[in-house]
Amino acid sequence: MSEELKGNGHCETLVVDDEPTEGVSGSATAALCARAPVGLLAELTHRCPLQCAYCSNPIELERVNKELSTETWCSVMKQAGAMGILQVHLSGGEPTARKDLEQIVSAASEAGLYSNLITAAVTLNRPRLEDLAKRGLDHVQISFQDVDAENAERIGAYPGATQKKLDVARWVTELGLPLTINAPIHRQNIHNVGRYIELAVKLGAQRLEIAHVQYYGWAYLNRAALIPTYDETLKSIELVERERERLKGVLTIDMVVPDYYAKRPKPCMGGWGKGFMNITPAGKVLPCHAAETIKTLSFDNVQDRPLLDIWLNSEAFNAFRGTDWMKEPCRSCAFREIDFGGCRCQAMAITGDARNTDPACALSPYHGEMVRLAREEASRPPASFVYRNPRNAAEATKAERPLVPAE
Amino acid sequence: MSEITTPARLIVGRETRPHLPAYLKLRHDAGRDRWILLAPERVLTPDQTAVAVLKLCDGKRSVDDIVAVLATEYSALADVIRADVLDLLQGLADKGYIKG
Repeated sequence: MSEELKGNGHCETLVVDDEPTEGVSGSATAALCARAPVGLLAELTHRCPLQCAYCSNPIELERVNKELSTETWCSVMKQAGAMGILQVHLSGGEPTARKDLEQIVSAASEAGLYSNLITAAVTLNRPRLEDLAKRGLDHVQISFQDVDAENAERIGAYPGATQKKLDVARWVTELGLPLTINAPIHRQNIHNVGRYIELAVKLGAQRLEIAHVQYYGWAYLNRAALIPTYDETLKSIELVERERERLKGVLTIDMVVPDYYAKRPKPCMGGWGKGFMNITPAGKVLPCHAAETIKTLSFDNVQDRPLLDIWLNSEAFNAFRGTDWMKEPCRSCAFREIDFGGCRCQAMAITGDARNTDPACALSPYHGEMVRLAREEASRPPASFVYRNPRNAAEATKAERPLVPAE
Repeated sequence: MSEITTPARLIVGRETRPHLPAYLKLRHDAGRDRWILLAPERVLTPDQTAVAVLKLCDGKRSVDDIVAVLATEYSALADVIRADVLDLLQGLADKGYIKG
């Protein structure tokens, strides 16, 4: 999300909501979390027909027999609406792999949530999409692994994907639903950023996400296959900035940049436990989708505790709320309430301590080494993908053994 | 796909008859007692003036009609209101939130 509307006196864009809700206020934790999160990411399943090597799911994929029941998901939607959450992102894995997606969408709609389906679209047919729209689905986001079909289908390890995605994109606009094209950007498709923009306009999308891959989980494992050079990154950013101006009122382009090449860290999730929550297929409630990489945290489950109680009182949400948990250089930094020390999971992955400053910050003692590593990896030929599939997940969580490519 | 024409930027003028596209939801947020505008991956909080304008954007009224209604309702000068309304609607149109 961005803040570009801040300039207009009459409308503000919310990233983190500072207004307390009736459901939340009056709690003891009031000062830090007296507001409901704006967004809820519901990872309905980890099953997915694609095998993208930068998947944002954790390495350890959740099994189908651990997935929440229809009733629990519907209850989650109801609780989310009641506590003041505004938008729900139905994601995965591939959310359409759940046969009860229809019921979950209905529950979200009845709860007054703005629902967003985040799909790879390769297994979605038109009657199903029409049914979802009738039940109140508000928005569809389709990922394209590249603009060139052959490369896209190599990256996603799914032959024939591109035509299916184009078909679904057409149905979405024909049904009057808003369409977002999601473009995960890395060294193997960064040359096509301009053509992604053309594609989004041609398909009648309202919004395009130029989402540079963030290096956690699978993407961290595959960084040498994915990270672009500094120059390529800069060029892509300049191009997007020019195109944004040209396509004003036609296409909204949101951009997430790789923070390895930044000087300041991103305010990850708008601050830990501040504006966002994530529920895994098995019902664990996380402050961000990568939070399980922080092994010292324990997470509550929606099957055991009400969602609002988890938001206010769970150990994981309170672990990095506010600024008290910070070490130096964050603790005395003038920006501590602006970027909140960056990303806890990245600090964990690279420095081994989630309380350290995110190494994306130039003030982190790890920053130089991280950038050197990234630049060196980007300058070598790309490594081959460790595709995201259950077999590789099992291997990757074990010792350093050779990994299996996609079939 | 070649038949699909590229949509152009909407320039909001006095004759424009603005409306909210179907996917944009102007809702009352009961929990916080305020109005919100829900869009893909966006939540906007329009102030009282913006809500008054948005509620009049029905695709039938022109900008001048909207200004006339507001001028009566708030006993204010149409010229002053018009500049503000045009500015507000152009800003929203540039984000794709208002169609003409």
